[in-house]
Amino acid sequence: MTIEFTLNNETKKIDVPASARLLDVLRDKFALKSPKDACGEGECGACMVLVNGRAMNSCLIAAGSVSGKSVLTLEGFKLTQRYKMIEAGLLEAGAVQCGYCTPGFVISIESLLNHNPRPSDKEIREALSGNLCRCTGYNMIIQGVRIAIEKGDGLW
Amino acid sequence: MVEAFRPGNTAEALRILSEHTCIVMAGGTDLMVHRGQSRGFTFPLLFIDHLEELKKTYRKNDAIHIGAAVPFSDMERHADIPDILKMIIRRIASLPTRNMATLGGNICNASPAADTLPYLYAVNASVVIRDRESTKTIPVREFITGVKKTQLKNNELLTEIIIPDKEFGINVYRKIGQRKGMSLSKAAFLGMADKPHDVIRDIHIALASVAPTIVFSTEIEKQMINKNSKEIDAMKNRILDQYAALIRPIDDARSTAKYRKQVSLFMIKHFLEKL
Repeated sequence: MTIEFTLNNETKKIDVPASARLLDVLRDKFALKSPKDACGEGECGACMVLVNGRAMNSCLIAAGSVSGKSVLTLEGFKLTQRYKMIEAGLLEAGAVQCGYCTPGFVISIESLLNHNPRPSDKEIREALSGNLCRCTGYNMIIQGVRIAIEKGDGLW
Repeated sequence: MVEAFRPGNTAEALRILSEHTCIVMAGGTDLMVHRGQSRGFTFPLLFIDHLEELKKTYRKNDAIHIGAAVPFSDMERHADIPDILKMIIRRIASLPTRNMATLGGNICNASPAADTLPYLYAVNASVVIRDRESTKTIPVREFITGVKKTQLKNNELLTEIIIPDKEFGINVYRKIGQRKGMSLSKAAFLGMADKPHDVIRDIHIALASVAPTIVFSTEIEKQMINKNSKEIDAMKNRILDQYAALIRPIDDARSTAKYRKQVSLFMIKHFLEKL
């Protein structure tokens, strides 16, 4: 199936099976390695991407369903001011250890702040409940989000 | 074989379904996990996630209509969705999954553990089923016929879910899982009742994950109508015995039949005692 979509703000056209996982298309056809192939069933959040501004697990997305939509991976998002603020927040809070889960967390954080610029701790926890981290625990990550919100005053 | 269809509108989707056997994909969150295990699909995919006609949520004639392509996360935010349904939805998987998954998909997938089915049974929700020539409305209680089985035919499409616009005074929802977030249920319980002046005028009890389909009985419910707390207490064991006969759980990776049965009866008992 020929799929035309926007990937990291550029129009792309590619011929792949409609049922291929978007995750595999991103990693194998576009060499975008920030989405990680971990659980493969929407549990861990390591493959998170933004589709039309909303966080979704790319392992659960059939390539054919992104026709006409806009997909943003960390490779595209990292060029923004918002990314730099989230990065600074996570670094300051010591929220990154091995880093495997971090791209997915960053995408979920952006999706949250985009829809809700002033979330409560409960709302942060809920928005990040689809991302698993086995190194740092979650308190530092939530602290990182708090710092990003404070420092990035007005960015979201 | 044509590999996939991405129709421009619902009419085109129905025409395709009249000519081809397809797997209809809305959010795809269950289908894609299944694909991961079996590598590919047996039939061509028919995508409906993008169809604007199926993305509407609206109120009409004392009922709420939800399109088959509305993701759960939109329902969570919609003013017309009853609070108890929002609460049930917020316990489904995680937000990214709810950004894709749909109520229509939850119904058509017809899992015994489907999180929304106890609610849809309790309020007697219906589904709108269309083929190329006709449109019909079927109660969800009849639409689901078994484990992963529904009345839906190959040429038909579920286009809408209709929920009666009725809220209850007493609402108890319990989902028993391994943890609070991201879990599939070992057992789930929904109890809803109206009990003005200590007399039960309306009551519904539904359980998921503890039988091939949702445990639900209007027969048992009828026995509790027009009863007060004292009378309910006196008939409690008789009610529990009747539910015990309907609860037929299995042992699987998530839990055991023994635990499921015990916890289910305990949740019903607790609800009856709190009425």
